[in-house]
Amino acid sequence: MKRIPNLWYKLTAVIIVMYALVYGMLKELPNNVGVLDETIRNLFYHVPMWFGMIIILLAAWINSIMYLSKPSIKRDVYATELTNVGLLMGFCGLFTGMFWATFTWGTPWTRDPKLMGVAAGMSIYMGYWLMSKSISDNEKRARLCAAFNVFIFPLFIALILIMPKIANFSIHPGSGESVNFKTYNKENNLQFVFYPAVIGWTLLFVWIAELRSRLSINKIRKENEEVFTGNITYK
Amino acid sequence: MKKFSLVTLLISSILTLNAQGQEVSTFRSSGKIYVVVGIIAIIFLLIVAYLFYLDYKITKLENKDK
Repeated sequence: MKRIPNLWYKLTAVIIVMYALVYGMLKELPNNVGVLDETIRNLFYHVPMWFGMIIILLAAWINSIMYLSKPSIKRDVYATELTNVGLLMGFCGLFTGMFWATFTWGTPWTRDPKLMGVAAGMSIYMGYWLMSKSISDNEKRARLCAAFNVFIFPLFIALILIMPKIANFSIHPGSGESVNFKTYNKENNLQFVFYPAVIGWTLLFVWIAELRSRLSINKIRKENEEVFTGNITYK
Repeated sequence: MKKFSLVTLLISSILTLNAQGQEVSTFRSSGKIYVVVGIIAIIFLLIVAYLFYLDYKITKLENKDK
């Protein structure tokens, strides 16, 4: 269909997310999940948000590097919009996590290394977002944002993945000495829902990023009033 | 239409497989959880429909300016 470009991955995303939503609710669970009980199902909803965010921010990071090595409007728009959508996904993960924690840990926020790392990392990305909104000179903004993004993504990974891993104590699963994914994996194959959920949600948010990028590129093309190839630099 | 029926078949077969040979836990003993699942599915499908509509509108905008 010509009306909607790249229809294949959009339909794939819809089907996979639908599968994860429905089957995640109906799947039989392992018996030994303790205090989590039925809320272990959040593994299919809360965790894919974070995994998807990391994948999308990685894509934005690659686009930023590509912008710095060969500047073009396309790369700049992709990096900006992917980061915006990644941040949206991060907020989905943050709020679902706080809601889950209220019922599992008894409080929405603790001084856990994982949570603190996320708070710091998200603040850095919000700084990026603020910077991308506050510079009016397009080329300067694009170059500054790209350079900034190249540095903040590794920092972000260090804060949310590496720092909790080497911390002495953490109650958040998947960090330090706490339980991880494999603990529950033995008899009930949670990963058969979890990994498709990661892929599906990532594709769905990439779709949103694509929509935003196309709108943005369309706007720039209109403003510049010249033959637009997607690879030219800002005037 | 063909694609749609294929997807429906896939989902229903997954559900049937899941329902076979398992004792009923408290979670679904009343059978009401399927109502919740149905509502989640409807909300998600409407959001997707809206995304497709947006996509269509943006494509039209792009073609108009060419």
